[in-house]
Amino acid sequence: MTRYTTATDADREAMLSAVGVSSIRDLLAEQIPAALLRDDPLDLPAGRSEQEVYTHLRELSAANVSAEDEVTFLGAGMYDHYVPSIIDMLLGRSEFLTPYTPYQPEVSQGGLQVMFEYQTAISELTALPVSNASVYEGPSAVAAAAYLGKLANGRTRIVVSAGAHPHTIATLQTYAKGYGSELVVVPLRDGATDPQEWAAAIDDRTSVAIVQQPNFVGAVEDVAALTDAAKQAGGDKLVTVGAYDPICLGVLAPPGEVGIDVAVGEGQTLGNRLDFGGPSFGFFAAREAFLRRMPGRIAGETTDVDGRRGFVLTLQTREQHIRREKATSNICTSQALNALAGVVYLGWLGKDGLPELAELLVQRTHYARRKLAAIDGVELLHEQPVVREFALRLPGIDVPALVDFVQDRGYHPGLALGRIYGEPYADGLLVALTEQRTKQQIDRLAELIGEAIGAQRTATAQTTGAVA
Amino acid sequence: MSTPTSIPEERLLPAAGGSDPRPLAAPTTSVNPIQRDHATTIFEKGAPGRRSFVAPDSGVPEVALDEILPAKLRRATPARLPEVTESELVRHYVRLSRRNFDLDTGFYPLGSCTMKHNPRLHERVTALPGHARLHPLQSPERSQGALALMHGLERQLAEVSGLPHVCLQPSAGSHGELAGVLLARAYHEARGETRTKVLTPDTAHGTNPATVTMAGLEVVKVATNPDGGVDLDDLRAKADDQVALIMLTNPNTLGIFDPNIEEIASIVHGVGGVLYYDGANLNAIMGITRPGDMGFDIVHFNLHKSFTQPHGGGGPGSGPIAVSDRISPYLPLPVIRREPLASANGNAPATEGFEGFRYSLVEHADAVPEGAPGSKSIGKLRGFQGNYGCFVRSYTYITSLGAEGLRDASEIAVLNANYLLAKLQELGVREHLPLAFGTRCMHEFVLSGGPMKRELGVKTLDLAKRLLDHGFHPPTVYFPLLVDEALLVEPVETEAKETLDAFAEAIAEILREAVEDPTIAQNAPYSTPVRRLDEAKAAKQPVIRQPLG
Ligand SMILES: Cc1ncc(COP(=O)(O)O)c(C=O)c1O
Repeated sequence: MTRYTTATDADREAMLSAVGVSSIRDLLAEQIPAALLRDDPLDLPAGRSEQEVYTHLRELSAANVSAEDEVTFLGAGMYDHYVPSIIDMLLGRSEFLTPYTPYQPEVSQGGLQVMFEYQTAISELTALPVSNASVYEGPSAVAAAAYLGKLANGRTRIVVSAGAHPHTIATLQTYAKGYGSELVVVPLRDGATDPQEWAAAIDDRTSVAIVQQPNFVGAVEDVAALTDAAKQAGGDKLVTVGAYDPICLGVLAPPGEVGIDVAVGEGQTLGNRLDFGGPSFGFFAAREAFLRRMPGRIAGETTDVDGRRGFVLTLQTREQHIRREKATSNICTSQALNALAGVVYLGWLGKDGLPELAELLVQRTHYARRKLAAIDGVELLHEQPVVREFALRLPGIDVPALVDFVQDRGYHPGLALGRIYGEPYADGLLVALTEQRTKQQIDRLAELIGEAIGAQRTATAQTTGAVA
Repeated sequence: MSTPTSIPEERLLPAAGGSDPRPLAAPTTSVNPIQRDHATTIFEKGAPGRRSFVAPDSGVPEVALDEILPAKLRRATPARLPEVTESELVRHYVRLSRRNFDLDTGFYPLGSCTMKHNPRLHERVTALPGHARLHPLQSPERSQGALALMHGLERQLAEVSGLPHVCLQPSAGSHGELAGVLLARAYHEARGETRTKVLTPDTAHGTNPATVTMAGLEVVKVATNPDGGVDLDDLRAKADDQVALIMLTNPNTLGIFDPNIEEIASIVHGVGGVLYYDGANLNAIMGITRPGDMGFDIVHFNLHKSFTQPHGGGGPGSGPIAVSDRISPYLPLPVIRREPLASANGNAPATEGFEGFRYSLVEHADAVPEGAPGSKSIGKLRGFQGNYGCFVRSYTYITSLGAEGLRDASEIAVLNANYLLAKLQELGVREHLPLAFGTRCMHEFVLSGGPMKRELGVKTLDLAKRLLDHGFHPPTVYFPLLVDEALLVEPVETEAKETLDAFAEAIAEILREAVEDPTIAQNAPYSTPVRRLDEAKAAKQPVIRQPLG
């Protein structure tokens, strides 16, 4: 059994006598009512040694099929990008790994400067002037942006495109019920937000209008047109929110240039592992006017008494520990280490590398989309431009069974859209790429999907034949 | 060495030390020159054309971008990201890291934050590819290990809390609070009641009231009695049929176990309210007593505190919740289902479950039997299943320690806190830094710097800054709010007696020094990478990003 406590028997003796009690049990009994003080141990297995626990955790790990075990085209919000080795090395350093929130700036300049650099990188990426130091993750970042909108204009109607991630819409629903807003979901047409329905849904009671870029089925939205229409229908007070895949910002117009007031998104793609869904981080950037309503920590530059450049947590009068029930958000512990991975990753990609990576994705995705759509029995779900992910439709095919068939052969073909979306995309397949997916792998995937369709058709023909 | 000449040399002390019992009075100028670097950001380094990343060849026939992605949707100018080589990146961030104080280097008694040792086994197992590279939408059949682990952690947390149903989804404590308040709301609404008030003691952490507002309810403050517990008369006066819930932590943020907890529960339950337990202080009671047995209906856990996650400079964390039967139908989705392999029907699983069981994720409320957890779910609080990487660490921790190890951890946490308190008093600090409430404590305690400020002109902030020169991270300061010049000290169970002794000596030494010359503390720190920073200036004209030419 493992222990991380340090007190030896001799220590205990000495400490108890300094405290003036004869046992730890007495120390507890002085404070905890007898009826509540347990004598029985918890019903948990006995502790184990480090190597035994390691073996157990390895067995659990081996009972999963990870991106290490199959060639994966699964995305839908988190993506199997290559994580550069310097990230493991830097995140493993005690000085970044083991401190907490930088409450004492004199001994936290490393962490604070990382936040400042991170804010700069996000501001550059989004072309918006202010960024905080991170929020939890993607979907709850959207809900936080909607809350900011409500604080800013007092309106209580949230309009969101059906192109937002289903988890985003579900999260918004939960939060909105709390802060008393109503949620209206605008449908897609041909894979993109329906412009007529969008304009019709927005009125002068609308607090925020939310669009995801690229959207959940991979389509690149005409964000400029949508934000224009939103401001026309909802007036200047309406807050436009964009939920972005940051990698795609290597090639797509940044939110600050297409009328978005608050840009948020899932940061996993920036140097973070998949980790079965977390921890990653959410980014949160906005126009200057919203600075004092931002959620979360913000690092700012200043000087010390000797005039040296330094960084502190700033604008804390927004935050829960100062403002309590009047705070702009309840967030406290956030995702600092994951945001560090984000800024190191962006530095590693660099000014030229990010567009190169995004364009590589555009090219390979275009190739994959054509290749897969050419398979007999496969159609495009929509013809909108895409960056790294696209949706197919396989009429009459049992898509979950197809996914299983392909996975049995070492490839993951992507998300069976029905699994998460239900109708109207029950026969949909969402295919995602990262730079780790090569042309050879795309070609092999096409073969496997073809085989899977063939096998299903043969099976159907046989059953029908048998009945006849 | 760039030590400013204005600092007398004897005021400089080693920047790292913690448990190092070097004589503190020894004059030294060993300020690490790297720490005194002039701060330049990564955006000010490198040169045009430098890079780390090299894109692989696309390998596919290139198509003109204009044909597949219209120019009006594209970015016209690239983001001005750094242009640096890998060597520059490594050097920059390693040097930056040296400007941080961290738990691996020294004592970090930050109250309410439970800065306990982070076992490195946890980092190793979390990095195994089956955990680290597992996609959150991998089919349940092919993520049996992950689901088994999550189910196992749910059972462990249920046992520790004494509440049967667990949801791991929330991302941190305050996210768990939001879940909890929304659950209480849903519970009342399902019974046709709209209750609007949430009772919070004035010792509550800021996230409690902030959460209440976000959840659309109203904060009603409850006073603290002279013993540091909930003022029962004030509670009775405020407990009415408009109360949705009370949010408490026990021990509370004063480190005091409220002996009236059962009475509090019966008052709140008596008016139909729900009891919410803020689990930030669970490290005091693991295996000793349980929130569920005290009468609480909902608990959040800060996995990053009691169940040891590296704090990462401010996260990631994880804030699972546990609830009683009556609250469980409203739990967030998805819920994890476990069935014995033999009776698992449907499609033959691609993998054979884990250790005799098959696990699945139930995503929709209508797939849950009436009344079972999630059947009237409040919905989702975030994407996917939560911070799984944190689950792996906490599951590893609880599995390593077992029932006895958890109790041992809490017992030593309480012993260490009481010992440190006794040691401080033995060294005579009581006159300037009295214990704010009571005579004993659980895993942490609150001193008041009020007398120190009045008599010596040294504020709690000054003491904290001077502690930095002694190589210690200061305790939490100015919280809880109801204590004048509060100093909240949480020594945790993984610290050795020698470390506690050295810390107590440092406080005593700072007080002795302040009696002679308060300006030393008032102007501290001296040995840190930067000295006292102008926070007012930072807030007045915020510069929150690097300007680029
Ligand atoms: C007493 C108390 N409650 C709640 C919280 C909030 O937890 P988190 O930071 O994980 O959101 C904290 C800590 O930060 C705390 O100390």
